Amino acid sequence: MAKIHGAVVVDTERCKGCNLCVIACPTDAIELTKTEVNHKGYPFCTDPRPEACIGCASCAIVCPDACITVYKLKED
Amino acid sequence: MTKEDIIAKGTAAYERPVLMNDTPMHYCPGCSHGVVHKLIAEVIAEMGLEENSIGISPVGCGVFIYNYIDIDWQEAAHGRAPALATAIKRLLPDRLVFTYQGDGDCAGIGTNETIHSLNRGENITIIYINNAIYGMTGGQMAPTTLIGQKTVTCPYGRDPKQNGFPLKLTDIAAQLEGTSYVTRQSVHSVAAIRKAKKALRHAFEVSMQGKGSCFVEFVCTCSSGWKMMPEKANKWMEENMFPYYQIGDLKDE
Repeated sequence: MAKIHGAVVVDTERCKGCNLCVIACPTDAIELTKTEVNHKGYPFCTDPRPEACIGCASCAIVCPDACITVYKLKED
Repeated sequence: MTKEDIIAKGTAAYERPVLMNDTPMHYCPGCSHGVVHKLIAEVIAEMGLEENSIGISPVGCGVFIYNYIDIDWQEAAHGRAPALATAIKRLLPDRLVFTYQGDGDCAGIGTNETIHSLNRGENITIIYINNAIYGMTGGQMAPTTLIGQKTVTCPYGRDPKQNGFPLKLTDIAAQLEGTSYVTRQSVHSVAAIRKAKKALRHAFEVSMQGKGSCFVEFVCTCSSGWKMMPEKANKWMEENMFPYYQIGDLKDE
């Protein structure tokens, strides 16, 4: 069966840490930083479990600041 | 397979809409405005109307929309966006003309302009962001504030005896002869955003076909004004706003 890999790229300086992407993620692949902040002082979205990403783009669709790009690769 | 491989060999499942420029948005974290901006940028790009769209920006939080979406914009006096849109559409009938207004602009100070331009059946689309509060000025009571909802100007909750009832402008719009498509949408979840995008595209198509006015309401959150985290604001909206402002098409002719 073909396996789908996904990758999330976050524009961390644009991110405001609203957490909506983390809630929208069905596979729990992303989360907000706990100690690190961007230059605006917001925690930002990171992907500590990149292998869990299925490239569904839910995080990017709900992101109000348009800071997430999602890539998808189908492996046969 | 590493992340770099996926990025290099894979396809983009979602990118920032091409019409959105690099200016970071000034909205509070989790604000629904950003999602609606993205939908507008996506729909205009998909319809190929980049060079033929004119938006009217409001007075309110959405005032800087002209900094974020790369199409032509005009800034109207407070509440007068539908009047300006009427003028532009009559002078340039081949353009997509739409206004982007909040509840203070559209249902407060500009109710007159809104209702009359819809009643005249101008071929414009009014995008109406209803978050039940005056967000930009610091969370005061709006005409759309729900009964019992606490704001800084009604700290004990809105009392209909003193403050009247929340205004359902979309329901009024659906009663008017001049409107062709009237809908109420929300952008709190992936499914809702997909539906809202379809509705927005349909509205733009109808107004380009010259069938009459379109009115698209987005029931939105204002996490700063409501003093809630974005996640809780979405839940609060589902529990309190949706029973009063019911989602769905009100009119489609």
